[in-house]
Amino acid sequence: MYKLLLCVRYLRTKYIALACIISVMLGVATMIVVNSVMAGFTTEMRDRLHNFIADIVIESRSMSGVENARAQMEIVEGAAGQYIAAMTPTIEIPGMISFRDPYTGESYTSAVQIQGIDPEGKSSVGPLRDYLDSFNPVIEDGVVIRKALRSRETPVTWELTPEAAEYRKAVLEQRSLYLPEEPSVDEMVPAAADATNETAAPEFDSESAANETPAAEDAVIKDGIIQDSFLNELPEPPIESTVRTDPFPARIFLGEGLVSFQAKNPETGNLAKVMMVTPGDDVIVSTVTAGRPPEPVRINATVVDSFRSGMNEYDTSIVLMNINELQKSRGMHLDNSITSIHIKLKDYADAPKVIAALERAFPPGQVSIKTWEEKQGLLLSAVEVETAILNVLLFLIITVAGFGILAIFYMIVVEKTRDIGILKSLGASSNGVMSIFLSYGLGLGIVGSLAGVAIGLLFVRYINQIEDGLSWITGRKVFDEKIYYFFEIPTSVSPMMVIAVAFGAISIAVLASILPARRAARLHPVRALRFE
Amino acid sequence: MAETLKMNRPLISAEAITKSYFRGEHKVPVLQGAGLTAHRGEFISVIGQSGSGKSTLLHVMGLLDSPDVGEVILDGNRIDNLNQAARDQLRNHVFGFIFQFYHLLPELSLLENVMTPLMIRHSILGYWRHRKEIREAAMSMIQQVGLEHRIKHRPSELSGGEMQRGAIARALVGRPEILLADEPTGNLDSSTGGGIMDLLKSLNENQQLTIVMVTHDESIAAQAHRTVRLAQGRIQTVGREDAA
Repeated sequence: MYKLLLCVRYLRTKYIALACIISVMLGVATMIVVNSVMAGFTTEMRDRLHNFIADIVIESRSMSGVENARAQMEIVEGAAGQYIAAMTPTIEIPGMISFRDPYTGESYTSAVQIQGIDPEGKSSVGPLRDYLDSFNPVIEDGVVIRKALRSRETPVTWELTPEAAEYRKAVLEQRSLYLPEEPSVDEMVPAAADATNETAAPEFDSESAANETPAAEDAVIKDGIIQDSFLNELPEPPIESTVRTDPFPARIFLGEGLVSFQAKNPETGNLAKVMMVTPGDDVIVSTVTAGRPPEPVRINATVVDSFRSGMNEYDTSIVLMNINELQKSRGMHLDNSITSIHIKLKDYADAPKVIAALERAFPPGQVSIKTWEEKQGLLLSAVEVETAILNVLLFLIITVAGFGILAIFYMIVVEKTRDIGILKSLGASSNGVMSIFLSYGLGLGIVGSLAGVAIGLLFVRYINQIEDGLSWITGRKVFDEKIYYFFEIPTSVSPMMVIAVAFGAISIAVLASILPARRAARLHPVRALRFE
Repeated sequence: MAETLKMNRPLISAEAITKSYFRGEHKVPVLQGAGLTAHRGEFISVIGQSGSGKSTLLHVMGLLDSPDVGEVILDGNRIDNLNQAARDQLRNHVFGFIFQFYHLLPELSLLENVMTPLMIRHSILGYWRHRKEIREAAMSMIQQVGLEHRIKHRPSELSGGEMQRGAIARALVGRPEILLADEPTGNLDSSTGGGIMDLLKSLNENQQLTIVMVTHDESIAAQAHRTVRLAQGRIQTVGREDAA
């Protein structure tokens, strides 16, 4: 009983013990906060990595793809149909897009990954709808500055929104009022006259230059330079009624990062996103045909929407296009070839089974079948390694706190030497004396851990408010959502992690008190009593 | 009285105790064959110069220290060679200690200090079961030493005399047979020390408590039944209680 009494009394009266408690507390709180934020980031990142790659992706090894999408999907259905929630055929092919910056008049070309998709199919295997601009309101600083243009209930289609159609009409009509500014441009007006497929150039001619002038046709043949291809829209006669404003049959969703940049508002000094291409604008998509050897092919496409998945890598490189048009442009439509099938599973835990079944179903070597995790394996394992290293480092911090406890306990034992002698003279056993200090360490560990858990959880709970406060104090954004694409700092608290951290800290406190406690237990009563 | 005492079997005796300490490399002999016998109900004072080994003799008798050579016999049984647990038990049950510097635990109140030996005696469960008796025993002991108005006070809030009374209460709360007092008045002025001596004498007379007291003060020593003079680790003379 005296052990408990003394232990509690020491906890309450020895202010030096507060230092131990604080060091344990800080260590525990830091570990909980860092782990929660890391877990939050990881979860968020996994979601984002996952968003353009379905649970399982079957890819053909050749860029020309495999024939007969329907037959391929029947194979999949037959092999593992019971596990599959949805699947969609896709064509994935590298390419380029070219567009003109409306502000400077410069033309830009960037390398992209073109995905030919069926929009409903794509949104059935991943959260496409969540990322498309027109399906989501625009929120800035918590204020809705533009409502969603489309209802979430409507299917994802390649139709322009009324706003985009109106914009397109206005732009094209306005542009039709101008004559070509430089005659020399005509010679550079594009058209892949020698392209093997029939879609690209004719599309272009019939759609954008409604009244085909000889000059335009000429230009089409002579072209070769993509950058100036926009000018092909110019040589339309200035008769408003005849301006064709229908969009091209090829429609695309553009990754937002491809066509936007951050600019500082000169008045407010705030960074703002500037879109160089808006829905209703036209761009040129270039890729290669499926033939051998592949030939370049250029497709005029109308931008229907932009998307922002939050994963920078995707947002700056992916262009989604209607699969039929892409097939036509690449000469894949006759045999309905596709390059990949994206599959969403009912339960992701079945993935190994499904992969095994699919591997048996497809001829060896023709396709590769991977889960999204395998496709993003390097990045995911990098994050895991990062978390592990961080945890080791943080645990070292608690260990340092443990050595602090050791030192302070040693001090307390020295300070209490005479009391230890007294207890022994009153008949206390060595084990009894030892257990005073062990339970003292345990008590410190428990109190420090509980306080640390409380502080850590509170910190995690209010981390965004704390971030706001820090931003306000320092005058600059600590966590800029424009950099991270997060509106708030993502956190995820796992109870197991909290328990493990608290338990680890308590164990360290107890371990650190073993040495001083043994010293206390071994003190010779007479020498202890004489200790001044 | 001395005659009646002699007929009793000695309660405790230390026989031919030799004890040396090492101070660095040097072996410092403290006790060189000292012996002391106390009968039940006897009040013995051990007097000697500083460093004469009187405290060490007390510690050896109270099992706080072990002799190099010699035996400690309690009620006919040798106790100095017992194992640690048995020695702890004896210290708790048979011996009560008081010291020159009182040695109360500073974190505990007077009542808690007095209860400590009984807390040590019982496990947590046992304490819980007997908490009332333990508290009552401590309270009655505190009343005997006249400190019932001070039970909530910490040692630092007590005077020297009060602290020593508290220490006596603590030493006796477990109903020990022998009280070993190491310079109990050494840190007190003469009137307060006199009060402590009166208390010890009354305990000795009323409760037949055996007391072995170490002091360097002749007048204090003279108040015991018998005085043993210790010099250079040996018993020099054995005085009588006549002086008292």
